[in-house]
Amino acid sequence: MTRSIERVAAVGTAPERVDGRAKVAGKAPYAYEHPVERPAYAHPIQATIAAGRVRGIDTARALAVDGVHTVLTPDNAPPLRRGQDAELEILQAPDVAFRGQIIGCVVADTPEAARHAADLVAVDYERRDHDVTLASDRPDLYRPGEVSHEADTEDGDVDAALAGAAARVEAEYRTARNHNNPLEPHTTVAVWDADGLTLYDSTQGVHSLRSAVAEVFDLDESRIRVLAPYVGGGFGSKGTAHAHVVLAALAAKRMSGRPVKLALTRQQTFTLAGYRTPTVQRVALGADTDGRIDALAVDVVEQTSRVKAFAEQTALPSRTMYAAPHRRTTHRMAALDVPVTSWMRAPGVCPGMFGPEVAMDELAERCGLDPIELRLRNEPDRDPETGKPYSTRNLAECLRGGARRFGWDARPAAPRQTRQGEWWIGTGVASSTYPVHHAPGSAARIERRADGRYHVGVGAVDIGTGAWTVLGQIAADALGVDREDVVVTVGDTALPFASVAGGSSGTTNWGSAIVAAAHGFRARFGDDDPPAGSEHTESAPENPDTERFAMHAFGAQFAEVHVSADTGEIRVPRLLGVFAAGRIVNPRLARSQFLGGMTMGLSMALHEEGVMDERLGMVVNHDLAEYHVATNADVPSVEAEWIDEHDPHVNPMGTKGIGEIGIVGTAAAVANAAYHATGVRVRELPVTADRFLTA
Amino acid sequence: MIPFEYRRADDVSAAVDTVARNPTASFLGGGTNLVDHLKLGVATPEHLVDVSRLPLDDIEPGPDGGLRIGATARNSDTAADPDVRSRYPVLAEALLSGASGQLRNLATVGGNLLQRTRCAYFQDVTTPCNKREPGTGCSALEGYQRYHAILGASRHCVATHPSDMAVAMVALDATVHVQGPNGSRSLPAEELHRLPGDEPERDTVLEHGELITAVELPPLPFAANSAYRKVRDRASYAFALVSVAAALDVDDAGTVRDVRIAFGGLAHKPWRAHRAEAALRGGPATDDRAARAAEAELENAEPLAGNAFKIPMARGALTATLRRLSPLPTTR
Ligand SMILES: Cc1cc2nc3c(=O)[nH]c(=O)nc-3n(C[C@H](O)[C@H](O)[C@H](O)COP(=O)(O)OP(=O)(O)OC[C@H]3O[C@@H](n4cnc5c(N)ncnc54)[C@H](O)[C@@H]3O)c2cc1C
Ligand code: SF4
Repeated sequence: MTRSIERVAAVGTAPERVDGRAKVAGKAPYAYEHPVERPAYAHPIQATIAAGRVRGIDTARALAVDGVHTVLTPDNAPPLRRGQDAELEILQAPDVAFRGQIIGCVVADTPEAARHAADLVAVDYERRDHDVTLASDRPDLYRPGEVSHEADTEDGDVDAALAGAAARVEAEYRTARNHNNPLEPHTTVAVWDADGLTLYDSTQGVHSLRSAVAEVFDLDESRIRVLAPYVGGGFGSKGTAHAHVVLAALAAKRMSGRPVKLALTRQQTFTLAGYRTPTVQRVALGADTDGRIDALAVDVVEQTSRVKAFAEQTALPSRTMYAAPHRRTTHRMAALDVPVTSWMRAPGVCPGMFGPEVAMDELAERCGLDPIELRLRNEPDRDPETGKPYSTRNLAECLRGGARRFGWDARPAAPRQTRQGEWWIGTGVASSTYPVHHAPGSAARIERRADGRYHVGVGAVDIGTGAWTVLGQIAADALGVDREDVVVTVGDTALPFASVAGGSSGTTNWGSAIVAAAHGFRARFGDDDPPAGSEHTESAPENPDTERFAMHAFGAQFAEVHVSADTGEIRVPRLLGVFAAGRIVNPRLARSQFLGGMTMGLSMALHEEGVMDERLGMVVNHDLAEYHVATNADVPSVEAEWIDEHDPHVNPMGTKGIGEIGIVGTAAAVANAAYHATGVRVRELPVTADRFLTA
Repeated sequence: MIPFEYRRADDVSAAVDTVARNPTASFLGGGTNLVDHLKLGVATPEHLVDVSRLPLDDIEPGPDGGLRIGATARNSDTAADPDVRSRYPVLAEALLSGASGQLRNLATVGGNLLQRTRCAYFQDVTTPCNKREPGTGCSALEGYQRYHAILGASRHCVATHPSDMAVAMVALDATVHVQGPNGSRSLPAEELHRLPGDEPERDTVLEHGELITAVELPPLPFAANSAYRKVRDRASYAFALVSVAAALDVDDAGTVRDVRIAFGGLAHKPWRAHRAEAALRGGPATDDRAARAAEAELENAEPLAGNAFKIPMARGALTATLRRLSPLPTTR
């Protein structure tokens, strides 16, 4: 077991964000706003074909525009080191691998001139037939190599068990292509000087971004500094370095010493910042007459770009959710001429809990069981995947507690029973889960300064989650001082190494580092009043419990759905989530994470779909007027609760990570409620009005 | 975006003159549509004449007892006007169902009428589009069609007109007042927008340089019993898949004396539903008759592969709207 914090005083309280006031007062500089001397502005030029190569680029008209300094193209761009990450190795070759790929860049005195000139660049292409069609019967589907998990798992004899099952569900479910759209766009300010490169970037990880940039520019990491004190959301799209960061640095390199600012437009975000692959999920469940699942299979087909393989781990959650002696999960990928797929809030787990959790609803109906009862009957004693005990697993309590809060029992068992005026009314439930991720190596520095306060430095990034605030609470308790006596600094590679803000692991990794550093600090300098200048840096130790236990957060989500009998319009007047996610460090900020996740899950359920035009090889609805995310009016009431969960194994704080679990399961709960309202089973997201209409 | 010259107009005739004489000039209202198009390269005017501050923003009784709404009245002000709200609620509802509060604060009546289609291909200059670049082809014909037309389209263009406000105005038999280089004229709102035919680049019958100065609503007492129903992909801030503007006049026996209906989201123009109106007059406004009236109107609909759902959706929207306006309990 890890050594936990001894005193819990600041942890568990609900202070406001330490950065809140500066943000609402407009005093928190986001990446693009960092003042630099005489910046020039870069505007990317993007390919308008989906496959082929650039035969020639005519930049004459662009260069003639007032204020334009240079046009970078594959012919003249500074060389990068190649062979590592093709997404980042831009302008090194004339090949076009997807529509929207960066094939050049204008650098000018103003953003307007750069954008105007970019429109004047004429590109001559040699086209190749492109292929952007995701289908589960493609002959060229392949099994991805192992990333963090195996692509396929198999226990027992699934097919035989299915054939013999008393109740069976076998169906295909689909999730749509989803695009992360943080409010703060992806922006980079790049400054080269004699010491190397400084980047102000809207990123989820200053250190991970630095490694990626060091790699392509073949620079020692010590010569790059990345700063990201304030970030306006990322949702995974700022978790890995994307091409525009390299472009800004390339442009600044060409401008010999003059800083360059680059901001992606919203439209560009749809092709250059990653997105969630659409998925096709073939789910099979077989159960006995009591609803005990005997066989479970989840076979996933999804896409990746040809430029860079990214395997969404969609079948992952099914490996741990429910007990079943016979089980199979597989992933197959189609490599297509599409933009790079990447992380989006709860990668893998979020889409992967749609098909199976709707299938559970279908199985419950087949078994004549309440969907909650079905889930309770299939609670495993140990993690079905690893055979290890759970450090804590409180799904059952979330389901039961949520049912009470929500008024679940009043619900008629059969679908299409309740009508109010033109509206059919129904309720639905689904489970949520998210693994507790640990990443090694995060460190924290603690320094007593002349102001009497303890200054804690960690290169973490607060992407709007409240991490900055929460780390101060953890540091205060770990040091045994008041929160007011702690000053936390984040978002800078000049600070000790921190893992990326992703995988809901920030508090685990950075908090563990802070606790280790605080304990080390106290061991060195004693408990009372160490002199100014006392300083100690320490990394989070490895947690041996991660080998002994399966560690996951769980939750249950409940939705009430109304569907118009006249127009098919669907509304979700009520959403409730109950979570078991370890200790909640700051209820105010935690609630906003859960609510944000659930709202995004609702958005995925009802709205979000990047529509691929296969002839053009592009997503056509590439702005926020046409790609819908939920508005306030779509979310009249969303509530999040949690149970008091004590987990001594996960980390010294007892926290499990809360940034992503809120988006997991929401879409299934909504689809299940829509079925309960109307009797129409929708197995494909988003759930839109037309699915409830018949000619 | 290309560089352009911006000028604020001081009076109507000077504004008309400037634009009429210069083929590369455009009027600028609130800019909520045109400025987007400048950025996207969809519109490339070299001169912008800002008409939004011309003294055309009054909303006042018309000479015949109707209501005259100046062309530069902001959408939010028009929706909040007490006369609009009490005498023509369908117009207030239509306006409030459109865009967002911020956009409505900027958007003008003239600009709203002349906003261009939201067809995704139209808005992306890297794709073929007959409306944006005549002769290049229509990407939507075999493409993304969720927001496209089922009535009155051509093989050159299947776009819809996106305005909600215009649908209400067409239902209300509004008149559009226009001033051009050769003087002023008035035309029924229903005739302002045209069907695409083989000239999809032309949204309306207006000539270059013609400025909309006002929209006049006739006195239509039963318009006090009117409503707008907009069916869309989210609860707010989305364009219509289908919308209905309706005003209903029923006698004490529940018989429809008169009715006005227009659909949005179905065609290249707000679609006045004369057939549906005729089918409803003289009988009760039951769900059944409403559905049959909608079917009469949609008899010639030619849905595309991606939008056949608009037929039942329009039928349901009309049924729901008339139910709301009917004093009597209706049969299902
Ligand atoms: C994100 C988003 C969502 C929206 N959602 C909706 C919606 O749901 N429903 C809806 O109806 N609308 C919606 N809109 C569109 C909005 O209503 C229009 O942009 C607005 O009404 C246009 O008015 P404007 O004054 O800003 O026009 P401008 O953008 O200034 O001009 C539009 C056009 O009209 C011309 N013009 C302007 N005034 C005159 C005049 N007096 N005479 C002649 N020509 C003139 C201009 O030259 C230009 O061609 C939305 C817009 C956005 C950006
Ligand atoms: S429907 Fe009209 S606007 Fe859309 S692509 Fe076709 S021609 Fe262009």
